[in-house]
Amino acid sequence: MSDISIMEPSGPKPKLWLEPSRIGVYAFLIITALYFLFPLYIVIITSFKDLAAIRDGNIFWPQLVYPEGTHWYDPWYRAWFEVCTGLECKGISPNFWNSVIITVPSVIVSIAVAITTGYALSNWPFKFSEGFFTVLIVGSFVPYQVMLYPMVLLTKNMGIYSTLSAVIFVHTVFGLPILTLLFRNYFASLPAELFKAARVDGAGFWRILLQVFLPMSLPILTVAVILQVTGIWNDFLFGVVFAGLPNYPMTVKLNNIFTSTFGVKEYNVEMAATILTGAVPLAIYFLSGKYFVRGIAAGAVKG
Amino acid sequence: MRGLAQSYGALQVLKALDLDIADGEFIVLLGPSGCGKSTLLNCIAGLLEPTEGQVFIQGKNVTWEEPKDRGIGMVFQSYALYPQMTVERNLSFGLRVAGMAKDEIDKRVKRASEILQIEPLLARKPSQLSGGQRQRVAIGRALVRDVDVFLFDEPLSNLDAKLRAELRVEIKRLHQRLGNTMIYVTHDQIEALTLADRIAVMKGGTIQQLDDPLTIYNRPKNLYVAGFIGSPSMNFLKGKIEGSGKTATFKLGSGKVALKDYEATVPLKPSAAVLGVRPEHIRVNTDKEAGASEAFKAIVDIVEPMGSDSLVWLKVEGQQLSARVESNQHFDPGQKVDVRFRINLASVFDEASGERL
Repeated sequence: MSDISIMEPSGPKPKLWLEPSRIGVYAFLIITALYFLFPLYIVIITSFKDLAAIRDGNIFWPQLVYPEGTHWYDPWYRAWFEVCTGLECKGISPNFWNSVIITVPSVIVSIAVAITTGYALSNWPFKFSEGFFTVLIVGSFVPYQVMLYPMVLLTKNMGIYSTLSAVIFVHTVFGLPILTLLFRNYFASLPAELFKAARVDGAGFWRILLQVFLPMSLPILTVAVILQVTGIWNDFLFGVVFAGLPNYPMTVKLNNIFTSTFGVKEYNVEMAATILTGAVPLAIYFLSGKYFVRGIAAGAVKG
Repeated sequence: MRGLAQSYGALQVLKALDLDIADGEFIVLLGPSGCGKSTLLNCIAGLLEPTEGQVFIQGKNVTWEEPKDRGIGMVFQSYALYPQMTVERNLSFGLRVAGMAKDEIDKRVKRASEILQIEPLLARKPSQLSGGQRQRVAIGRALVRDVDVFLFDEPLSNLDAKLRAELRVEIKRLHQRLGNTMIYVTHDQIEALTLADRIAVMKGGTIQQLDDPLTIYNRPKNLYVAGFIGSPSMNFLKGKIEGSGKTATFKLGSGKVALKDYEATVPLKPSAAVLGVRPEHIRVNTDKEAGASEAFKAIVDIVEPMGSDSLVWLKVEGQQLSARVESNQHFDPGQKVDVRFRINLASVFDEASGERL
């Protein structure tokens, strides 16, 4: 109420350029960063070495000279096109495409269904909506392993077991509880009056979702896409169980490359295959880092 | 436009409530938060389905109609503008939903933006507008739809005091110009008193009194309405009615107030009662005037200068009361003074029921 302004010290707070506490913080951060970056460094330089250089044993030093007729990218080429598991020597590329075929539809369908369900739950309450929501919350905490056998039976009865469709189906279903939760909470955090205003303006269920809410949902959509793409891409369990041998996703193939003991162990090819497999989620994290943090702060924590 | 017997939800936010609103009337629903005034408005808007009762607009039963089919427009406290759309698209959204022709939309948007003086803002996004501008756009959104009834849900609560006063005048002007029925929810009594043709004072899901502003102010129906309306609020003095009819007196401590100038609604008879006097109807240290009571001895407690006048807090017969006095009248704390009540403008309530006598 009063207009009395309080006298406060003005100007920047005097500060030493390098205080002892600050040196400590930086030292800790640098050491931690090195601790995590060092293995990555080893993986990267090893993937560019030939086997002779690896056998030399100097794992910290990159190979600078390549013998006549060989290239620095040879292990990567082998990993992508030639590496064998069992009798199959097509490299990891077919499985990359398997992973793409699995990820894209599962992400799109699960998010599309979840955004509609979450919106309905938060804005169009129906008779058992609260109970339904409770079931969803419980559902998002059920360990996948519990549902594994029933899902195998289900997909078998649907006639899609051991196909890519089975993996897509399972990923979509298992993604729904947590995504619905995410979207419901986000929509619940939007001002209720906005929804009312749209209804007074005559907009119906779909129009409010598509024209009013969806354009406001970019942060949470980003979170959902990141969660789903990385989660599905990194998945191993469902790939092994539901895909069937020719349809293995990249992660399963990578594991098989590592475990197949056929001839010499090609560390360089294995490292290249590892980086190739991890490249997609890594790229997503790097490209969307800011939005990811923002989205987590905006939607997932609130409500 | 008739609202009828609406009770809603397991909580019974509204209790069998009847409300008749005439065409073109400006009705203010006034009450503290949680009194059900917004619930009532949402029922009228069709955003809530009443558990019982029916809503009529223009003689048509719209209880189960969609909001868009009721001929209503609504303005919200938080403006509720669509953040990703420009002002122009915000205004036209409802019309586009209705599938109206482009020229007609343009015409209506133009007219509404002229009335509200928001033409230069049409290309902006809501985030680039000030609070007052946003609320104008929100009003415009109801305006373009050419509705019969405007519903306002605390539209000025988010604005600062100066803008609030400005927009209040503008809403009043809009009502005079358009002549639409307007139903306005607020907890601000100044807004209610200045805007309304009639005020419905609400409490606990019921309407306590429905009258024009001056009647509400001067002849409140019960203690609740009397205490809610007016700032600073009405003084309540506990005492007893002695005698009956025109010869009745109000006994206050050792003193007595003759009630012959008081227009009673029911014949007075002896009972425990409360005398309600507004601060401006108390005279301090003045000669007796018509309709005023005999003098009481009082002690000045605190003096609050308010600029145009001063508020003096007094102790009379062991009870506290405030009096509004001219600012040129000077008082010191502890000073002994004479006070008189203007009984013709006071209210007497039954202590047990709180009803006006």
